Amino acid sequence: MSDLTRTTATELARRIADREVSAVEVAQAHLDRIAAVDERVHAFLHVDAEGALAAARAADEAIARGESPGPLAGVPVAVKDVVTTKGIPTTAGSRILEGWVPPYDGTIVARMREAGLVMLGKTNMDEFAMGSSTEYSGYGPSFNPWDLTRIPGGSGGGSAAAIAAYEAPLAIGTDTGGSIRQPGAVTGTVGAKPTYGGTSRYGLVAFSSSLDTPGPCGRTVEDAAMLHAVIAGHDPRDSTSIPAPVPPVVEAARQGATGDLTGVRLGLVKEFSGEGAEPGVVAAFREGLDALVKLGAEVVEVSCPHFAYALPAYYLIAPSECSSNLARFDGVRYGLRVSDDGTRSLEEVMSLTREAGFGPEVKRRIILGTYALSSGYYDAYYGQAQKVRTLVTRDFTSAFEKADVLVSPTTPLVAFPFGSRTTDPYQMYLADLFTIPVNLYGGPAISVPCGLSEGLPVGFQVMAPVMADDRMYRVGAALESAIGTFTPPEL
Amino acid sequence: MAAISREEVAHLAHLARLAVTDEELDRFAGQLDVILQAVARVGEVAADDIPPTSHTVPLTNVLRDDVVTPGADRAEVLAAAPDVAEDRFRVPRILDEEV
Repeated sequence: MSDLTRTTATELARRIADREVSAVEVAQAHLDRIAAVDERVHAFLHVDAEGALAAARAADEAIARGESPGPLAGVPVAVKDVVTTKGIPTTAGSRILEGWVPPYDGTIVARMREAGLVMLGKTNMDEFAMGSSTEYSGYGPSFNPWDLTRIPGGSGGGSAAAIAAYEAPLAIGTDTGGSIRQPGAVTGTVGAKPTYGGTSRYGLVAFSSSLDTPGPCGRTVEDAAMLHAVIAGHDPRDSTSIPAPVPPVVEAARQGATGDLTGVRLGLVKEFSGEGAEPGVVAAFREGLDALVKLGAEVVEVSCPHFAYALPAYYLIAPSECSSNLARFDGVRYGLRVSDDGTRSLEEVMSLTREAGFGPEVKRRIILGTYALSSGYYDAYYGQAQKVRTLVTRDFTSAFEKADVLVSPTTPLVAFPFGSRTTDPYQMYLADLFTIPVNLYGGPAISVPCGLSEGLPVGFQVMAPVMADDRMYRVGAALESAIGTFTPPEL
Repeated sequence: MAAISREEVAHLAHLARLAVTDEELDRFAGQLDVILQAVARVGEVAADDIPPTSHTVPLTNVLRDDVVTPGADRAEVLAAAPDVAEDRFRVPRILDEEV
């Protein structure tokens, strides 16, 4: 393996800018690595070698002319296959979109291109981002580089696996209930969900529009912050995009890396401090907490009594929004169409197309959402879930009066073996227990590796107030400076 | 008592335009029942005086200048369609009678 694939994005950017190495060499090193290991990891659904090398050449030429497209110019990135990429297939992990080539770039992709980043390809995911393991991908699962018999998390397991396997230094994920953070936790990488509205949803294949948030994945906190700064900021094409300056995330990560947290108050969520998590996860989390205290942070216990209702509320809100959003897959304008033999009606063709194109978890959630929104059940299910969302938000607001950030384990479980949670779908949902509350509230949260349990990575979650994304990067970088990063065994 | 019956699942699948199989109906009915019993807990809290939250970002109407910008290219959009006739999306049969 070449050193280039082991180097951080920040260091690669510096070396490319100083012309110590070319962006083409860096892209080629990662394409070689993908060719060598992706048959076993299956992080990618589509690799765009030609496009990557062309973008790398363009970055090299710009730098040779003395221009600087951006602080990550020439650095490779992998993109979750739920974001549209002009001219490059986008499937959202679903057979219903097999072969679809979008005619436009999502905003975050356009921003990465303008900033001179080099897109390597599209990464695997649970179908339409519904799942915690990639087992619900229409194209087969990705494999955890720490142990190929275990899941890499989900839905963004492909992005996390690509980074952990040194196939890319950076990746894009999307987080609706934990799809960036939980894969980060179980692969020993960093995953950050920005404030909802802090990163544009334009060009995301919509799952749950009031929750979907794109964000960065990397092997270090600073790398994630650097990518965050490239993709974030107001976008007039997304009506829920927040028209405010991007929080100083890179500066915060660098400040945190100095290892001084004097005066920072960490809110330990009483309800999430142990119950429901594996003992090894709790132990590693406690070690992370102790490390932060040694850096000067103060721990205050906070109570968030409604967090226990966040998971049930989420599994009503997200399926409801999904049942509405996925109505667009009607076999007319794009994607799959089956059984259109001239004798069947539009409605029959639509029903048969959706039956053939959607996988089991997507069908379950569409049916669940249709139920929760139907007259007679709306008040008891969707209406109540929206009230719980208010209560969870109030819990956060009052907790942030006592603490600067809230901390918890990212997920109750280390990477689990394939097949162990697919029979009972609700068991899969429990992987999201700690990640979901902040999605309902809309604030930012990051997962940073804090240790190992039985040889598998454990993630430490830092949650911050809305538009205070810088705080989570500061605390996350401090944790990383104290505990270090984690390297999986050779593949 | 089950929260949801096989017949209800069949009805919902029809509403959602999913031509599910009998085998799927059997499986989904049981699984959705487990899920619904678990998520019904939202009824334990959230009294009448709690306002619902649909969105975390306060939404206000946004106006922009009425300026013409390039739209999607017709040929590129139609290239992704499952069926095209005369530069338009061709849809399956929409009327009952044979054409």
